[in-house]
Amino acid sequence: MKSRLFAILAGIALVLGVSQLANATPVDTYQFKNEANQKHAMELARTLRCPQCQNQDIVDSNSPVARDLRMEVYQMVDAGKSDDEIVQFMTSRYGDFVLYKPRLDSKTYILWLGPIALLLLGGLIAFIFIRKQRGAVAVEEISDEDQQKLAELLKNR
Amino acid sequence: MKKLVLFIPLVLFLVLGYFLYAGLYLHPKELDSALEGRPVPDFNLEKLEDPNVKITNHDLKGQVYIMNVWATWCPSCKYEHPYLLKLARQNIVPIYGINYRDEREAAVKELKFKGDPYAMNIYDKDGRLGLDLGVYGAPESFVVDHNGIIRYRYAGPIDMRTWNETIFPIIQKLKQEAVAGKTS
Repeated sequence: MKSRLFAILAGIALVLGVSQLANATPVDTYQFKNEANQKHAMELARTLRCPQCQNQDIVDSNSPVARDLRMEVYQMVDAGKSDDEIVQFMTSRYGDFVLYKPRLDSKTYILWLGPIALLLLGGLIAFIFIRKQRGAVAVEEISDEDQQKLAELLKNR
Repeated sequence: MKKLVLFIPLVLFLVLGYFLYAGLYLHPKELDSALEGRPVPDFNLEKLEDPNVKITNHDLKGQVYIMNVWATWCPSCKYEHPYLLKLARQNIVPIYGINYRDEREAAVKELKFKGDPYAMNIYDKDGRLGLDLGVYGAPESFVVDHNGIIRYRYAGPIDMRTWNETIFPIIQKLKQEAVAGKTS
């Protein structure tokens, strides 16, 4: 029994270990000036998408382009450039595509405002629907004839 | 009014269907180039064949040309290469090569054995020019006008179809612009 439990635990550990390996991000040998810069640069780089392997950020990706961009971000952060400058540098070369969070402009209005519009539309439809339902459930008056029949039925019981 | 309401699901279905159908024909790998309409970035790099000769962006200016990013490690470049040779023989526009993140010897050797379609080859060892051009893979080609402005970027190997349908018409247009620009 004990050995079985051990085997299961070992199996879980192995699976976790392997998946850890699969998640490993590339390690660079870049030396930051200080830790704050490192933290900041990594955070910024995580918001930038690799143009080649499109579903990875540039920290995560192994591709040479991602490596270049990553290094560029690190160096620019160390050189004291602002986030805006760095983002501008990237988008002027690779377009808005590299931003994971799209900008709000005429091309992306539908993206940003669409959900709100749909929510309002849904709310409106629900509102109309509920109001209609409420009208339909209104109690109907029983006619005199029916009232009489009912009384007779109850009497004869 | 009531009958109209019944059509709402159909309309929604059609709208959704349209977008999904259109989505089938999108190519997410093809990105808009941020550089179209902008000048070729400044560079000062060695010539591939001769490290002592420097090439700058000003050396290329003055006519319509193609910049072609290539490397020996890139299989699609090998596929594209014969077509570039053919274009070079037709002598329509000069093709300048940007040898991107490559080894000089391997690149020179390859051109020697397989033919050299390039009017000149720029050796971009560190990919710095590539970065400034927003290159994310090879091959990529840039069509540049006589003022040194990038007018079109094509990612992927040039073949007969893309040449005839897209690139050549653009070049013809730019050449006309160049002629008009010189006479006026």
